[in-house]
Amino acid sequence: MSLFANTTVLLGKELRTEFRSRELLTTTIVFILIVLVLFSFTFDPLSDEARRFGAGLLWLAFLFAASLMLQPCFLREQTNDTLSALRLSVSDPFAIFLAKLAANTLFLLLTELLLLPIFAVMYNVRVLPVLHWIALVFFLGSLGVSIAGTALSAISAQARMRELLLPLLLLPLLTPILIASTEVTSALLDRSPYVQWKGVGFLVAFDVVFLTALWLFGEYLLEE
Amino acid sequence: MWKRGFVGAAVLSLVAASAYASFFIAPTERTMGLIQRIFYFHAASAWAGMTAFSVCFVANLLYVWRRQPKWDSLGVSAAEVGLAFITIVLITGPIWAKPVWGIYWTWDARLTSTFVLWLLYISYLLLRTLIEEPDRRALLSALFGIFAFLDVPLVFGAIRWWRTQHPAPVIMGGPGSGLEPTMRAVFFFSVFALHALMAFLIVERYGLEKLRVELEIVRREAEAV
Repeated sequence: MSLFANTTVLLGKELRTEFRSRELLTTTIVFILIVLVLFSFTFDPLSDEARRFGAGLLWLAFLFAASLMLQPCFLREQTNDTLSALRLSVSDPFAIFLAKLAANTLFLLLTELLLLPIFAVMYNVRVLPVLHWIALVFFLGSLGVSIAGTALSAISAQARMRELLLPLLLLPLLTPILIASTEVTSALLDRSPYVQWKGVGFLVAFDVVFLTALWLFGEYLLEE
Repeated sequence: MWKRGFVGAAVLSLVAASAYASFFIAPTERTMGLIQRIFYFHAASAWAGMTAFSVCFVANLLYVWRRQPKWDSLGVSAAEVGLAFITIVLITGPIWAKPVWGIYWTWDARLTSTFVLWLLYISYLLLRTLIEEPDRRALLSALFGIFAFLDVPLVFGAIRWWRTQHPAPVIMGGPGSGLEPTMRAVFFFSVFALHALMAFLIVERYGLEKLRVELEIVRREAEAV
């Protein structure tokens, strides 16, 4: 079977597992919501302030949520040793990563878009006119987070203290994503919104670099 | 044994000579004054640290490719030495910044990215302590090291995109930038001296790591008996 066919089958499996329980989605949504509320106590949440800090706050919440959400990604496969089965069933282990990162991107994007209106209402910023651009940034950012996060969760799943380890490995690595996404998002939340193309390009570059690295080195991450 | 002592003494005198050159030979900078002399140590340490991390990256790649434990030993040695140099950069930076910028630290892209780099290699060493099995530890930390190193140009890319307070690159920074010739000579001498020190430290640390690996094997054999 080709890489694409393998990936779609595996992606279907990831989505089925998640939507059977919706555990990841609900916990992530609640987590981000809590962070958004707690953040409002750390500064004066007026419209002007929110426009200045809002984008960064939002992305920080997304990053923390992702570092929690990505935990079970490979850990889940350990309970019944299903990872060995997966490895045996596909010719190219990259398909396993592609499926997992596609699923993670989808889950992240879904939670982000669900929470965007709540954020907009709570912090009084206008998002509707630039919604399609925000969706693009959310997609590129979440893709980068998922690529790096899926790779690193394969590492952390094999170590001690794995629950603590993943954020420690992942968050510093995601700094470029945080900077670029925050810059682009805050330009979009500006009084006179504009698209910061260099930031968008930067996000694309990050995604391409890490996807290539994962393609080259992914199979070693899953070695027994 | 005496060879090691000789090389060590040579490296130390090189570092001492570069310190002398930066204090007494390099001219005093016009606007910043004496404090600018920390530059020869600050920037040269940054270069040496980056070289050490590059050595770590190459060792990581070679480990993934060849699977020989020596590359793992080289990787961890280079990472630790690089971390030491970047720590020096992070300490000398604020000392220089306070009189010149008026503050110790600013969240500018370059400072932040150096700090992030430092954190990434701390994570690399931390990861190594959390995996027991030597082969797995070597492979997974090598892979993390590769990802971390790939992150570096992206982090540093931010300097040109969202730069703020840190001076634009003076060396190889494009037209209109550059150093006065004596300053340049002293700077590259410092770079050379600190690279010699870095190489010496990596070799020493590598020898220590090899002993450690041997000890681990012997200990395991003793436990088996």
